[in-house]
Amino acid sequence: MSKNIKFLGLLLTLIIIFIILLKGLNVSKDYSNKKLKSKIDFSLNAKKLFSDEIINISDLFDKNSPSVVNIWASWCAPCREEHQFLMKLKDMNINIIGINYKDSPKNAKNFLSSLGNPYSEVITDNDGTKSIEFGAIGVPETFIISGKTNEIIKKYIGPLTSENLIEIKNLLKKNV
Amino acid sequence: MSNYLGNYSLYIALIASVYLIFKSYLDANSENKYLDKNFILITSIQTIMIMVSFFSLVAAFVISDFSNETVFNNSHTLKPLFYKVSGTWGNHEGSLLLWLLVLSIFLFIFLLNSRSQDTKYKLLTILFQQIIISGFLVFILLTSNPFKMLYPIPSEGLGLNPILQDPALAIHPPILYLGYVGTSIIFSASLASMISGNIGDKWARHIKKWVLVSWVFLTIGILLGSIWAYYELGWGGFWFWDPVENVSLMPWFCLTALLHTVIVLQKRNSFKEWTIILSITTFSLSMSGTFLVRSGILNSIHTFANDPSRGLFILSFLFILILMSILIFFFNQNKISNTAKENFILSKETAILVNNWFMMFFLSVVLVGTIYPIFLEVLNGSKISVGPPFYHNLLIPFLIPFLIFMSFGPSLKWIKDKLKKFNYNILIIFFVSLLISFVILTKTENSFLLSIPLIVLSIYLLLVTIKDFFVSRSSISQKISHFGFSLLITSILLNGLFSNEFNSNMKVGDERIFNDKVVKLKEVNVTDVDNYKSLKASFEVTNKNSSFALYPEVRIYKQPLTITSEADIKTTLFSDNFLVFNILKDDGYYNVRYQYKPLMIWIWISTIFIGFGGLLSVIRKNEQKY
Repeated sequence: MSKNIKFLGLLLTLIIIFIILLKGLNVSKDYSNKKLKSKIDFSLNAKKLFSDEIINISDLFDKNSPSVVNIWASWCAPCREEHQFLMKLKDMNINIIGINYKDSPKNAKNFLSSLGNPYSEVITDNDGTKSIEFGAIGVPETFIISGKTNEIIKKYIGPLTSENLIEIKNLLKKNV
Repeated sequence: MSNYLGNYSLYIALIASVYLIFKSYLDANSENKYLDKNFILITSIQTIMIMVSFFSLVAAFVISDFSNETVFNNSHTLKPLFYKVSGTWGNHEGSLLLWLLVLSIFLFIFLLNSRSQDTKYKLLTILFQQIIISGFLVFILLTSNPFKMLYPIPSEGLGLNPILQDPALAIHPPILYLGYVGTSIIFSASLASMISGNIGDKWARHIKKWVLVSWVFLTIGILLGSIWAYYELGWGGFWFWDPVENVSLMPWFCLTALLHTVIVLQKRNSFKEWTIILSITTFSLSMSGTFLVRSGILNSIHTFANDPSRGLFILSFLFILILMSILIFFFNQNKISNTAKENFILSKETAILVNNWFMMFFLSVVLVGTIYPIFLEVLNGSKISVGPPFYHNLLIPFLIPFLIFMSFGPSLKWIKDKLKKFNYNILIIFFVSLLISFVILTKTENSFLLSIPLIVLSIYLLLVTIKDFFVSRSSISQKISHFGFSLLITSILLNGLFSNEFNSNMKVGDERIFNDKVVKLKEVNVTDVDNYKSLKASFEVTNKNSSFALYPEVRIYKQPLTITSEADIKTTLFSDNFLVFNILKDDGYYNVRYQYKPLMIWIWISTIFIGFGGLLSVIRKNEQKY
C-alpha cells in the first residue's frame, strides 16, 4: 500500500513538473519557417542599417501606394546578379525597402557602396526573424505589398529578371 | 555529396536501432544462454554509420561547404582549420550528432568489455541504450538535422564569433559530453541489473569503471568550461552560477555520490537502492541539462537555439525515460535481495552515507536556483534572477560540517570502527592549521566570523589529506582526489578572501598606489590593423622589489562601430594580475580596472588533481584485471 502511494506521489510530482516545463517552453517566442502569411504584421521593430536607429516597420510603408520589399544579403551570390535590376527599378523612381538578412552590417555596407544603393531604406534582420514574418524562405525574395490592406500582392522567390521589372511597374500602377 | 552521405547513414543507424530494440527485447525473454553474434555486428555497423555521418559533417566544415545550412550558419572560410573542425560541435545540430556518436561508441565498448557478464543483463542493457540512441536519432532527424541543404549556395558563411574561438572551448563540449553520455551506460546498466536481479558486488566492480570514466570526463569538462569563462569572458571570475554552468555541476554532485556508493556496494554488498536511484538521477540530470540548454528555456549567455519544437521533444523524451525507470524501479524493487547487514554509527558506510546526503543537499540548492526562476515565471509571470549570493549563502555554511566529516570519514574502517585513544597527530595538525590560519587572517581586513572556521578547517583538511599520503591504508587514487578537493576548497576560499581590485580613471603618465603596488600607465600605442583600430596600453606594475608589464588592448572595429576590450592577465604561482581598460569620452583619460586574484592557478591545478585521481583508479582497475 505505502509503495503504491509513494509511486503515485512520485508520478503526480513528475506530471506537475512536466506541465510546468511545457508551459515554460511556450513562454519563449515562436518563430517557425512554415507559416506563410498573406498579411504582414507591421508592429515589428527593426534597426536601420545605416543609422542604427530603431524604427517601427509600419513607418517605412506608404499607406496610399504599394511598396516593394527586397530581402537580400551580401553573401548571397544571386543577390549580386539581381542587383542591377534593383538599380533599374530605382531609376524608374520606385522606392524599394531592403531587408538585410542574416548579414554582418560591415559586409552589407561594403556591398552597397561598391555596387550602388537601390534602397530608399534598409533595415537589418540579424537573426532572420523579420524575414520570417514576411513569409520568406530564403534570399533573395521580393514582395509587393499593398499599402491599404497590408496584403502581399505579389511575391518573387529568387532573383528578379528583366521581365519581372515591367510586371512590377504595371502592378504598382494598377494598385495605386 | 557529404550532405547525402551524412543524412542517409543516420537513417541506416535508425533502422539498426529499431532492429536491436526488438531483437534484444525478444531474446531477453527467451532463455538463450549466449549473446547472439549479430548484436556485436549490428552495433558496430550502427557505430560506423554514425561515425560516417559525423565525419561527413566535419568534412563539410573543413572544406567550407556552404550548401550545408549548419556549416553556413556556423563557419566562415577565413576561420583557422582548428576552429573549422571544432565548429562542428560548436552548434546545436553538430553537438547533438556528437552526443549520438558518443552514445553508440560507449555501447560498443560496453559490449566488448562485458563478455563475462550475464546474457540477459547484457541484452537488457542493449535494449535501454538503444531506446536512448533511437530517441536521439529521431530527435536529430526530425528537428535538428545537421545536413539541411541550402539553395542558392551562399558564397560565404556567417559564423565568426570571436568569443567562441578559444582552444579551451573547442575541446570543452566533447569532454563534457563524454561525461554526460557515460552516465547513459550507467543508467541502462542499472535498469538492466534491476530487472535481471544481479545487483551485487560483482556488478559493482563491473560498473565502477564506467562511473569513474564519466566522472573524470565530467570533472575535466567542467574545469575547461571554467577556464574558458575566466580567460575569454574576462570578467575576472571562474564560476558565475550561470544556469548552463549549473547544469554541468548537478550531475557531478550526483555522480560523486554514486562513485562513493558503488564502492560500498562492491566492498559490503549494501546500498543497492542508493546505487540504482543515483544512477537514474544522474542520467536524468544529464538529460535535463541537454533539455535546459538546448530548448532555450533558460536565459543565459550560452543559449542560442530558440525552437520550442526541440524543447518539446527532449522534454517528452526525458519524461518517458524517467517514467520508464520509475516503473522498472517500483516493479522490481522486491528483486533486490536485502542482505541487510548491521550498520554501526562509526563506520565507513555511515561516512559515505553522510557524504551522499551532503551531495544531495548541494545538488538541491543548485537545482532550486536553476529551476525555480522558470517555475515562477510560469506560475505567476514574475521574472527573478538567482545570483551568486543565493548559492553562497546556502552552500558556504554547510561546508563547515562537510569539511569536518571529510577530514575523518575516509580513514574510518568498514563495518565498525572504535574511537581510538587520543590521536596526538590529529591534535598537532589542528594546531598547525590554527596557526597558519591566524597568520593568514591577520593579513586581511575584510574577514567575517564565518571565514575563520572555514579557513581553519580547509587548511586542516589539506594537511590531513597530505598526512594520509604517508599513513593511510586507502588507495592512492582516493588520496590524490581528496587532496585535490581540499586544495580546491582552500584555493577558492583564499582567492575569495584576498581578491581585490581598483577602478580608476587614468591618463598617460599617471600612477596609482594600490596595496603595496604602484600601477603606472606608461603609454598608449595606436595602430591600424585589418578591420579595426588597436589601442595597446602599456602598464607597469612595480612591487617593492620587482616589476612587470601588462599590455591590455582596446579594439575599435570600424564597421559596425564596436569596441572590445582585451584584458591582459599575468599569471604566477601565487597570484593572477588582471588588467583591463576602456576609453572615456573625456580626452586622454582611460578607465582602468585592475584585479589582484591570489592562487587562481591552483584552482585549475587542484581540479586536475581531482580528475587525475579518478583516472588513476580507472587505469589501476584495468591492471588488476589482466
